[in-house]
Amino acid sequence: MNILAILIPVSLILGGVGLLAFFWSLRHNQFDDPKGQANRILSDRYDDHPADDTAEDPKDPR
Amino acid sequence: MTDAAWPSGMACPACAAAPEAPVTANRTGAPTSPLRRYEISLPAIHCAACITGVERGLAAEPGVSAARVNLTLKRVAVTAEDAPGTETRLIAALKSRGFEARPLDSAALEATRTDAAGRDLLARIGVAGFALMNVMLLSISVWAGADGSMRDMLHWISAAIAIPAVAFAAQPFFSNAWTALRAGRLDMDVPISTAILLAVGVSLWETAQSGAHAFFDAALMLSFFLLIGRYLAHLTRASARSAAAEIAALEVHMAERVAPDGSRETVPMDAVRAGDILAVPVGVRVPADGSVTQGSSEIDASMLTGETMPEAVAPGSAVRAGMMNLSGPLLVRAEALGDETLLKQIARLVEAAEQSRSRYASLADRASQWYSHVVNVLAITAFFGWGLISGDWRLATNIAAAVLIITCPCALGLAVPAVLTAASGRLFRQGVLLKDGDAFERLAQIDSVVFDKTGTLTTGHPVLTNADDLPTEALALAAGLAEGSAHPLSRAIAHVARETGTRATGLTEIVEHPGLGTEAKRGGETIRLGRAEWVGASVQSDVTTSWLRIGDAAPTALRFTDELRPEAEETVARLRAAGLPVTLLSGDGDAPVRALADRLGIETWIARATPTDKVAHLQGLRDAGRKPLMIGDGLNDAAALAAAHVSMSPASAVDASRSAADLILIGDRIDRAFDAWTLSRTARSRILENFGMAFAYNVVTVPIAYAGFVTPLVAAIAMSFSSIIVSLNAMRLGRRT
Repeated sequence: MNILAILIPVSLILGGVGLLAFFWSLRHNQFDDPKGQANRILSDRYDDHPADDTAEDPKDPR
Repeated sequence: MTDAAWPSGMACPACAAAPEAPVTANRTGAPTSPLRRYEISLPAIHCAACITGVERGLAAEPGVSAARVNLTLKRVAVTAEDAPGTETRLIAALKSRGFEARPLDSAALEATRTDAAGRDLLARIGVAGFALMNVMLLSISVWAGADGSMRDMLHWISAAIAIPAVAFAAQPFFSNAWTALRAGRLDMDVPISTAILLAVGVSLWETAQSGAHAFFDAALMLSFFLLIGRYLAHLTRASARSAAAEIAALEVHMAERVAPDGSRETVPMDAVRAGDILAVPVGVRVPADGSVTQGSSEIDASMLTGETMPEAVAPGSAVRAGMMNLSGPLLVRAEALGDETLLKQIARLVEAAEQSRSRYASLADRASQWYSHVVNVLAITAFFGWGLISGDWRLATNIAAAVLIITCPCALGLAVPAVLTAASGRLFRQGVLLKDGDAFERLAQIDSVVFDKTGTLTTGHPVLTNADDLPTEALALAAGLAEGSAHPLSRAIAHVARETGTRATGLTEIVEHPGLGTEAKRGGETIRLGRAEWVGASVQSDVTTSWLRIGDAAPTALRFTDELRPEAEETVARLRAAGLPVTLLSGDGDAPVRALADRLGIETWIARATPTDKVAHLQGLRDAGRKPLMIGDGLNDAAALAAAHVSMSPASAVDASRSAADLILIGDRIDRAFDAWTLSRTARSRILENFGMAFAYNVVTVPIAYAGFVTPLVAAIAMSFSSIIVSLNAMRLGRRT
């Protein structure tokens, strides 16, 4: 049962990584336009490379 | 894949109207002036092709450095050079590609740009979900038979995960409950908070005593499901808010003032004083109420009165702010300004009507009202019942916690938001924008329908009715005279001529006489098209008529009528067949209103109704206990829309009406009103079904909890099972299209 001492922390750390990734995507506005993201994958515009088209406010560099 | 390859079902009307032209992105002409961010509202976009079309179209404009569409909010954010007129140019570019576009006040949106509340809820859902999964993993070991020190260890680890997670994730419930308690109210959040806190507290105590049952997973599951319900409700509200925020200016903010020496200057409306002389060019709205001092023209008052046919004005005539000048330049002396204008009076009427509308308590509010009481009573009786009978207060606390956890409205918290989210998604696909979640429930209750005439049942554009009876030569000449004019009647004639392919030849010296008509020469003959007095016709007529005289011959009449929307007849028939009495309420004259009512089979009609009359009519209906649906588009309907039980406007309506209405028919098709009504009835019955299921679930599980048989395993299964059933039932609504 000593294996639990390793497995429980491992599962927590893996879950924590997922949670951090979620927070990161939240911070980077990836949940601001769920409908748009769902439709954008249908466009061939990003087939070759991701387009850098974020219209950021020049006065407010994120 | 090109846009032409899209399956036809996917392409939206806007895209079909504007097949994407080959675009060469103009990024070489790097903008030199400083950049700023513009926000433009795009109410009609809804597909991937729209996104690409808008973004490519804007990128091709000079001075634009980036453009990004937000389909959820139906907006595009454009980073472009900060030069005057840029926004107007961008909007014109979008319109030319077939996308309806409106400017949004970028500064006013600053606060709402990032959806802070939604993000906050998402973060809490994330934390609750993470903790729930981990604790559930540990709980499964306990359920599988871990005991002794192993069970205690697993419980302690669960506690270490659950306590901080609950403290963070369930915070919205705690703070709402605290506010409610301090105000002396009981709402849904009170039993929710009690359940979560009690579950954590009891579990901690049990863990410390090496007890067998810990409800950490139940506390997290409650937070998780309820947060999802909150988030869905938030999404519906947020999309409703962004729909409501789309209000552009009808009011003219600048005016051209004529100084006594004849010089002209453009001044803001604030600077205009009563007595100032203002110039009103053709095609511009009159900036202030006043009277005409010079010039003659015709004005379109349809926004204010619902009357489609233009009115002639000459020096001395009174004009109102918001009327459109059609044919000749005018000078107007401002008499009433700001608060005294008709526009402001209507705004005040709208405000008053909105205040008089009693606050509607939604189904969820009413359900949670009694539910929270029942839940509290159940938990307290369980606690004292077991405590007094068995004398074991630890057991009593455990059972009270189990009762609270089991009754806690997981399913109830999802029942309404899940249905509303599914329904508003489907409504949206049908071309109806919901501005207020409550409105959808109210729509299901309507028992009568009141229609405005002009612009709602009709298109608001006149059409020539007797083209077939006219001699070809007369039609051709009339078309020749009408060609160059922007007057709505002239446009109607030109339209018919274009369709039939008739053309006039040999017309010279075409002159438009503002307020009278158009005159031209052919050979030695004078040909006039215009008002009866001017042309020399003496016949009075009920219907709108223009007269054409060739030389000295007797004048020929050209008759017009306001064109009926193609789907109007069927919509009215379907509403009547569904048992909803239909009333026609119009500001137009008796004859056209009666004619339309007869044609559509509407028995009750009221003509010549002022905005106040319209409000009075609707308030009368409501005082009589009716729940009327008002559908209208004009400025004169705005207050009536606010006074109705629930209201709709076509997208072509004036801004004041659009902001007063609860639902907007985006596709500009009024038959959607019927579909929306049917959908609202289905949604209502779905909500009630969900309530019924949540209730049935409680009827089954509460006795089990009372008997003390609810273990954490039973709670986990029961809670997730009921929530999933309720969500699936709600989603049934969204699928059928």
